[in-house]
Amino acid sequence: MTSLPTEPATRRLGLVIDLDICVGCHACAVNCKEWNAGGHMAPLTDFDAFGEKPSGVWFNRIHTFEAGEGADGRTVHFPKSCLHCETPDCVTVCPTGASFKRAADGIVLVNEDFCIGCKLCSWACPYGAREFDEDVGVMKKCTLCVDRIYNETLDTVERVPACVSTCPVGARHFGDLGDPTSSVSQLVAEREGYDLMPEMGYRPTNKYLPPRPRKVGSGGTNGAPCHTGPVAEQADLSAHPFLRWVDRLLTR
Amino acid sequence: MYPAYSVIFFTSASGAGYALLALMNMLALIGLLPAERWFGITGFLAGLTAITAGLLSSTYHLGRPERAWRAFSQWRSSWLSREGVLAVATYLPAGITALGWVFWEQIWWLPAVFLVALATTTICATAMIYASLKTIRRWNNGWTLPNYLGMGFASGGLWLCLLGSLFALSSPLPALLAIAFVAIAAGIKFGYWRFVDTDIGRSTAGSATGLGRFGAVRLFAAPHTEENYLLKEMGFKVARKHVATLRRITWLCAFAIPLVAVILALLLPTLSLWLLIVAVLTNALGTVTERWLFFAEARHVVTLYYGAEAA
Repeated sequence: MTSLPTEPATRRLGLVIDLDICVGCHACAVNCKEWNAGGHMAPLTDFDAFGEKPSGVWFNRIHTFEAGEGADGRTVHFPKSCLHCETPDCVTVCPTGASFKRAADGIVLVNEDFCIGCKLCSWACPYGAREFDEDVGVMKKCTLCVDRIYNETLDTVERVPACVSTCPVGARHFGDLGDPTSSVSQLVAEREGYDLMPEMGYRPTNKYLPPRPRKVGSGGTNGAPCHTGPVAEQADLSAHPFLRWVDRLLTR
Repeated sequence: MYPAYSVIFFTSASGAGYALLALMNMLALIGLLPAERWFGITGFLAGLTAITAGLLSSTYHLGRPERAWRAFSQWRSSWLSREGVLAVATYLPAGITALGWVFWEQIWWLPAVFLVALATTTICATAMIYASLKTIRRWNNGWTLPNYLGMGFASGGLWLCLLGSLFALSSPLPALLAIAFVAIAAGIKFGYWRFVDTDIGRSTAGSATGLGRFGAVRLFAAPHTEENYLLKEMGFKVARKHVATLRRITWLCAFAIPLVAVILALLLPTLSLWLLIVAVLTNALGTVTERWLFFAEARHVVTLYYGAEAA
């Protein structure tokens, strides 16, 4: 059924993404691809992967934006995957019943056996969360790693989405955003986490934490570059043939 | 949005087909068209052929066309599903009405009423697939539904006009209706284009990223070096100068030439058949151009994540 659950889920599993911390390393996207290429939504087809015009299905993509000007400007790395919205039109527009939102935990999924590949759900999603797999002829999307988070064959620490488990800086958090006492909900409250494109009315579950205010006197790009003095003194190595060899080797 | 030819052909052809069936049966119901056998055969055949060809072509853009039957199941929530149900349901009253018209030369009013209602509603459902998408401001507005009805009934009206001339139905009514529908469709298209040219959209790169609080938001680095599905499907762009040319073609072919041709056909009955053939053919070309632009000019909010500033 592509009608939304009549009783909103009390559990709302989702991600909280800290834009203050993300360094834009794309590790979350790579691990997402790695896990999902063999998991619930497999295969995630790639075409011409090592050729001139590679293309393929990804559930998680990392954009980098500049916001503001000069000293107040920011460069922000911005990972984006399915936001598992409360009222997503990608589910209701589906003509076949392939798209659905789980009543139990709010995860939005595609039943690949029902999907006819009409692409309308990707048109209805403002966030670009759904991608068409040319090879299989059906729609693919982030499952919030439904095949990890409930997977009892994995260690408890592994039962989080692949993107969360791999983030080297801890910029991604996973939890129940329907529970106001959960650590993710408290993080959102404390850091004033926000929705993307709230004007669409989809009520995303995933939240983004804004970059923190810049500390006064933290340097940065206040016009002239900071003066740090000579980078390093050039050492006199004329009397040390071994050190001279090492120096040549290292500066090659 | 990427203008898929299968969908352009489907919406243009089925719009004309459903409108022709609706008009022909509406006029016959109120006694303004005779239930003449050969006129009936040709009219139903033309309408049903356009509809069937359109529906078949619409399955071409599906990834799994063999499962298309599943699309009839979710009519409670999905306009695409509703359209499928209505489109196929129309065949039943169309078949029954055609039977009475062709074999008994009678208008059976009950199926005919259903046929008129279902055919018109199907055009509305097609329009609502697009009008209901909040992500595309150029579709999600009050002009889209009238636009589809107007374009459909303009084409259908011209078809009926041609059939009337072909079977020497002396009534000038189809011609007058066609003139009215083409004029109304042109007015709606003028309003639609004025709206899309002045509307700036509801979302910005600032609202899409939430970074508007720091000032203007610019894409610094895209997630990948090559085009992805999202950009191919939703990031289609058409050059402004091509838009101007294609809009002129639409004005000329969909509205101006057919309008002049129908008026001339009223004044010069000896040439009317040829003039109306010209009207129908140029209108078809104009309608397809209009539909191509309807898709190509539409901007999707996902482009805000790929460098667009507003959508």
